[in-house]
Amino acid sequence: MSGTENQMTGAEIVLQALKDNGVEHIFGYPGGAVLPIYDEIFQQDDIEHILVRHEQGAGHMAEGYARSTGKVGVMLVTSGPGATNAVTPLQDALMDSIPLVCLTGQVPTTLIGSDAFQECDTVGITRPCTKHNWLVKDVNDLARIIHEAFRIAQSGRPGPVVVDIPKDVQFATGTYTPPSAAPIQKSYQPKTSGDARAIEAAISLMKGARRPVIYSGGGVVNSGPEASRLLRELVEITGFPITSTLMGLGAYPASGKNWLGMLGMHGSYEANMAMHDCDVMVCIGARFDDRITGRLNAFSPNSKKIHIDIDPSSINKNVRVDVPILGDVGAVLEDMVRQWRAGSKTYDKAIQADWWTSIAKWRARNSFAYKASDDVIMPQYAIQRLYELTKDRDTYITTEVGQHQMWAAQFYGFEQPNRWMTSGGLGTMGYGFPAAIGVQVAHRDSLVIDIAGDASIQMCIQEMSCAVQYNLPVKIFILNNQYMGMVRQWQQLLHGNRLSNSYTEAMPDFVKLAEAYGGVGIACDKPGDLDAAIQEMIDVKRPVIFDCRVANLANCFPMIPSGKAHNEMLLPDEATDEAVANAIDAKGRQLV
Amino acid sequence: MNAHLQPTGSAYFIAAETQVAESHTLSVLVDNEPGVLARVIGLFSGRGYNIESLTVSETEHEAHLSRITIVTRGTPGVLEQIKSQLERIVPVHRVVDLTVRAKAMGQERPIEREVALVKVGGSGEMRAETLRLADAFHAKVVDATVDHFILEITGKSSKVDQFVAVMKPLGLIEVCRTGIAAMNRGSQGM
Repeated sequence: MSGTENQMTGAEIVLQALKDNGVEHIFGYPGGAVLPIYDEIFQQDDIEHILVRHEQGAGHMAEGYARSTGKVGVMLVTSGPGATNAVTPLQDALMDSIPLVCLTGQVPTTLIGSDAFQECDTVGITRPCTKHNWLVKDVNDLARIIHEAFRIAQSGRPGPVVVDIPKDVQFATGTYTPPSAAPIQKSYQPKTSGDARAIEAAISLMKGARRPVIYSGGGVVNSGPEASRLLRELVEITGFPITSTLMGLGAYPASGKNWLGMLGMHGSYEANMAMHDCDVMVCIGARFDDRITGRLNAFSPNSKKIHIDIDPSSINKNVRVDVPILGDVGAVLEDMVRQWRAGSKTYDKAIQADWWTSIAKWRARNSFAYKASDDVIMPQYAIQRLYELTKDRDTYITTEVGQHQMWAAQFYGFEQPNRWMTSGGLGTMGYGFPAAIGVQVAHRDSLVIDIAGDASIQMCIQEMSCAVQYNLPVKIFILNNQYMGMVRQWQQLLHGNRLSNSYTEAMPDFVKLAEAYGGVGIACDKPGDLDAAIQEMIDVKRPVIFDCRVANLANCFPMIPSGKAHNEMLLPDEATDEAVANAIDAKGRQLV
Repeated sequence: MNAHLQPTGSAYFIAAETQVAESHTLSVLVDNEPGVLARVIGLFSGRGYNIESLTVSETEHEAHLSRITIVTRGTPGVLEQIKSQLERIVPVHRVVDLTVRAKAMGQERPIEREVALVKVGGSGEMRAETLRLADAFHAKVVDATVDHFILEITGKSSKVDQFVAVMKPLGLIEVCRTGIAAMNRGSQGM
């Protein structure tokens, strides 16, 4: 190409760079400092722009889009308040390792630092909540920086990045550099293949294990579908039991015979007991988060630990491990499976026989049990019915944050990766609905359901307007108990049942609310009516708010109470009022 | 590591460190670009690490590389975490714990030097004493009038500390220190 062909305005460069990075959808909200880019969006058809109602919604939509497709999610917001409203989803994506490119407008370079209208220090504000960020001061750097933004967002441990583009740079004319010709920052070269000697050491530990367990996480999903396939193969050839974090659900199928269920604070008894009593733990793409480990000094005290992770800072951060393997989960699992098969001595799964006997005993404890009712809908029952009626469809599930999220994780069986979108690290109420819209944009014909709580859903409810505008038939399934259930549960545990501000006195009429936005509202409060109502929700090809009135005071069990170990779970049949009140000692009350 | 932590009675555990904190000197090679120092400092404040000394300057002009020298304090586990966290920063090329490297070579510490400018006022006998001590410390006079000296001193931090201390009774007015520049002994680079 000649020099003049590559000459474009900054705004044109933005669109060209997005196209060259394979972008088909962006989520955004216009404003003064991004008008030139919006003008370019208007004049092209390759990229569809989804107009949100609040920038937080744009971020979570981009996250849901990214998590369900494996692609990078893209958001576009204006300067000042547009950028500050993006902070929550950026931090959310950082903690859950979601690849996100956020383009922000900025006041013209000549006004930066003058406290101009809608000015804020975007790169300063977003520095700790992004993997990296840039302020573009020269239009000739713009293309390179956007290409670099995509490379950094999706390689290594994925994460969010921000490109801050002043308005004069959007108007200025400069040279467009295509991705293939753009120089990369040499200091960032993540390592993907695992060290052969470390893998060797891991396999030798695994082959000698009498009580092994695989503990997998969101890293397996991030690594791509091949990593999930290899994980399944590893479980198959080793015969090891497997549990997963909240973020990793679906990488190994819930119907698999080695599946123990989710682990952690509200995980299954068998998963947590297996973690506590194991002699070899294989942690794959997880990070020993505090909701997983319980009390650290009692965490799996007698095991040798193997940890596969692409991020060196995850190794030995919370828990010291014996065999760290740095690399991409998919690449490491491939080597691991190959070496396991190539090993000289044949492996006899009988070595695990006693272990599986113990696991069978723990499973028989039936830790997710709840008291069924014919009069009121138990929240667990609602999730079970939702699962039964949607499992044979092409379904994606997102959640908000709280009790409903834990019940969804416990009772909805995920068979495939990328089907489950939830805010794990940051715990962002308001995540689920916009995330579901993002998923639906990527999968127009699929069934996308946001399992929500009555409090969480009100944090981003304005996006109903967005769902209706783009004919996105997202279903919001609200487990409505009129409480911030998880807050109330902790107040019962820690604060003498003083339910300070956790009850919602003025609940909106969700059916009318749906109708006001142009969607469909369905309400149900009888267990006997539930199946038909869920079926109606599925059949409607429009956005639906389903107000599922559930038992008001149900709590989420089992639970590892504050300050307790994996083998000190509070089980549902033991969770009397007295046991709940005394579950946490005085010292534990001082902290969360 | 987990075996050393004490129960705290919470799902948020506060690690009661039984390991002893040590002072280490890190060399960090970074691209000299806007915001890189803010990223490094933000990491330390955001994650609650200590900074005892910080020195930054461009060291390779053509390659746009700067070298940041940080003296920090922490247990071996925390120091390892600091190094890993620094390496995650995109414009960071390399992080070397000079203290660990020095110990591997059988030395107590890497070579660490600081420059200080020390302004001392006074008249009469005091001035003679100031000059005599400056000479003993190999400090140079870089500015003087009839009622002050500015002295330049180079050395280990402990030597600078000591020099400042002896100048105090002689009419110390102000001190400016550069922070520590450090490298390992031997022919090998970082």
